[in-house]
Amino acid sequence: MPEYETHDFDVIVIGAGGAGLRAAIEANAKGLRTALVCKSLLGKAHTVMAEGGVAAALGNVYPEDNWEVHFRDTMRGGKMLNNWRMAQLHAQEAPDRVRELEEWGALFDRTKDGLILQRDFGGHRYARLAHVGDRTGLEMIRTLQQKAVADGVEVFMEVKVLRLLRDADGVVSGAVGYWRPSGEFVAFTAKSVVLATGGIGRSWMYTTNSWESTGDGVAMALWAGADAIEMECVQFHPTGMVWPMSVRGLLVTEAVRGDGGVLRNSDGERFMFDYIPEMFAAETADSEAEGDRWYDDHANNRRPPELLPRDEVARSINSEVKAGRGSPHGGVFLDIASRLSAEDIRRRLPSMYHQFKELAGVDITAEAMEVGPTCHYANGGVRVDADSTATTAPGLFAAGELAGGLHGSNRLGGNSLSDLIVFGRRAGIGAAEFAEGRTGRVTVDEGEIASTIEAALAPFERDGGESPYDVHHDLQTTMQDLVGIIRTGSELEEAMGKIEALEERAANVSASGGHQYNPGWNLATDLPSMLTVSRCVAQGALNRKESRGGHTREDFPRPDPEMGSVNFVQGIPTSTTDTSGAGGTPSVRSITITPVPIPVMPDELKALMELKEAY
Amino acid sequence: MADEIVRQYVDSASTTGNVTMNVWRGDAGGGSFVEYELEAKEGEVVLDVIHRMQATQAPDLACRWNCKAGKCGSCSAEINGKPALMCMTRMETLPAGEPITVAPLKAFPIIRDLVTDVSYNYEVAKRIPSFNPRPKTTDELKAGGYRMAQIDVERSQEFRKCIECFLCQDVCHVIRDHEENKTTFAGPRFFARSAELEMHPLDVTDRRAILREEQGLGMCNITKCCTEVCPEHIKITDNAIIPLKERVVDASYDPVAWLGRKILRRTKASVAEARATSPVNGPPAVQPDAAVRGIPTAVGG
Repeated sequence: MPEYETHDFDVIVIGAGGAGLRAAIEANAKGLRTALVCKSLLGKAHTVMAEGGVAAALGNVYPEDNWEVHFRDTMRGGKMLNNWRMAQLHAQEAPDRVRELEEWGALFDRTKDGLILQRDFGGHRYARLAHVGDRTGLEMIRTLQQKAVADGVEVFMEVKVLRLLRDADGVVSGAVGYWRPSGEFVAFTAKSVVLATGGIGRSWMYTTNSWESTGDGVAMALWAGADAIEMECVQFHPTGMVWPMSVRGLLVTEAVRGDGGVLRNSDGERFMFDYIPEMFAAETADSEAEGDRWYDDHANNRRPPELLPRDEVARSINSEVKAGRGSPHGGVFLDIASRLSAEDIRRRLPSMYHQFKELAGVDITAEAMEVGPTCHYANGGVRVDADSTATTAPGLFAAGELAGGLHGSNRLGGNSLSDLIVFGRRAGIGAAEFAEGRTGRVTVDEGEIASTIEAALAPFERDGGESPYDVHHDLQTTMQDLVGIIRTGSELEEAMGKIEALEERAANVSASGGHQYNPGWNLATDLPSMLTVSRCVAQGALNRKESRGGHTREDFPRPDPEMGSVNFVQGIPTSTTDTSGAGGTPSVRSITITPVPIPVMPDELKALMELKEAY
Repeated sequence: MADEIVRQYVDSASTTGNVTMNVWRGDAGGGSFVEYELEAKEGEVVLDVIHRMQATQAPDLACRWNCKAGKCGSCSAEINGKPALMCMTRMETLPAGEPITVAPLKAFPIIRDLVTDVSYNYEVAKRIPSFNPRPKTTDELKAGGYRMAQIDVERSQEFRKCIECFLCQDVCHVIRDHEENKTTFAGPRFFARSAELEMHPLDVTDRRAILREEQGLGMCNITKCCTEVCPEHIKITDNAIIPLKERVVDASYDPVAWLGRKILRRTKASVAEARATSPVNGPPAVQPDAAVRGIPTAVGG
């Protein structure tokens, strides 16, 4: 029996980005013994990378803005695949959550009246994003981190969680993982568990995501009997850096376009005017002159097409590059230099200025940036109840990027940060209420802990196995080439097979060296989650035979109303005893997929879709 | 597929040739520099080369990193002796043809290779009295949020740019060369945090006595090493530490200010109250309007 330490709490929250921190603050405030467990140091989670702002209909810049318009924008941005109730709660509660951050010390940029300033972003009818220059995520995570520390939330930093634990009745009752600095194992028991582990981007070669975004939460939820939805709808952000290769994929904030930046091809044309889809034609400028006037006068002009939702812009850039009108390094040009003064650029986009200057040697106040699509965000994720964030596995709650539903098939910029605080809080409440209602001693299966630890240590026992780095590299190549921004049935079939082959390789990797802070071994233990979520994306993409939002099929280029009326729900039967996958997890072959009708929107909300003032 | 086009650039990224890297390997028990020779490509940063080293030669080489964009402050190291972020140090800025040394931060205990135990910083953070805002005015309650002028928030915003890379803590000679000072010295990162709160338009806690008595502000002799290494270009010495020193001096030694406090009653919370807001001492207990209500306060603020 391998050794491990144990800790008992009422609620454990796994993941310490915006959603995890907010959930922990809430559960702790309810008087429950709460632990926050995270894979990196506190304050380093991917939320820190969010740049442009947090969307909330505060109405500080446009008093006519309100939750109804925000709700409508979110639903349309998601091509109506969203869970309407999540979109409603999100739009209604975001303003209070943003003001709450201010009460906890956040310092957003101000309007002339001294209120929180809001900026324009794609798909939002009004200037709606509260922000701090272009480092809003840092402001948010620091505020929440400081609040959680001040409130006395207990934090377990640099702990990689391997598996969730269930009691004899199948109720989620804890988790097991290891301390990265020591390599020693740790088990938690808890009356309820919140997952807030973020995204899945590390399965692709070019991504805005950090190494942590390996889909641990989605995978662990599936292994524990929860469902995932819309995993095929991966968001490719239209503007990532493309050169040098060292930074290919690194995020260039949408705020560049929100603040006036325009996209041009190698012929110098603002090509986005050629790609305005029917759905947004009525609210999009059809001339450069009108688009330019809109920045100062939203009431009498329509928005420029550079501010269409992200899926539209990413596909358009992809098409321009394919047509041979790309920039020298396979992107297009994003020009802010000719649109704002150098001083304004440095003030409004300071981290973009430094990022390009220091990493690419480009002065964005004088030259255009080269940008192209980059894997950015999981629109789908763990299936949750809108009000409580409860998953379909009892005792398990989920919030933030790893939860699906709110964003439908495509998330609007700025809606991720508001998602974190709205549903992070709700997850804290949901988990706290579940914990309070749970009676009796929490028990977990010690045999499951032992087998998880043994499987995790197996790479050290194997001699001459493959390097986990090679398997990861090949997975990234597979997903980038076959499950990228534009997909076809034959390539997705090929990807399904390749993922199965990669799973076999991952089950036989070796690790060398000691247990202490060993990145090769750590990567070996991340591979099972990466393979599981990659399979979900490929399988979902194969089944969704239409193009919608973040999911584009070359062989089914149009939206299909029938496909648009269902969510693809994925899961692993709880009865499975399969451990043939990597790291002793159920094989990716055991993931099932079922179309389930999307929840029907009440008539009063349907009416909002046609809001006149929303155009 | 557009990815074929991308692949073209992967291949065309010219190799700048082989580089020699001297990387410190070891743990708390000791270690030494180990030489690695490997290729580097155009436009790469030190972290790219470290990653290639892990993938090809040293799979167990420990280093922290997250965003690889200078925004999370995880990959701090000492590159050719200078504290810097590995993700923001381009290879071409280092002397060509010479071995490059990469060592862990010196001010903190080694865990393994380039990873150090930075828990000191998290402990100091816990001892800083938390943010303590004034109540909203009637107008603000109606408007829904606090009113603050942009010019007033900008001073604190400068310090809130901090990514907690702890390079300033690493380079500060008060703790770099004197482990024993860690119990009585908060360090530049946390002086910036205190400055941020002192200058926050809403915060009502007076932190000056704590800075003087518990956080060792006086031990800083403004050599500006912290400012020099800050990847966020925060003017830690000029804009945080020196103004804090001035405030502390005013509070402690200015006879006019002393007399003023005697006559007028302070409006900021006292040390004892501020102390009570520190998470290590339990939940926040400050009544922002204590002074207004005439509740006696402890001296020293």
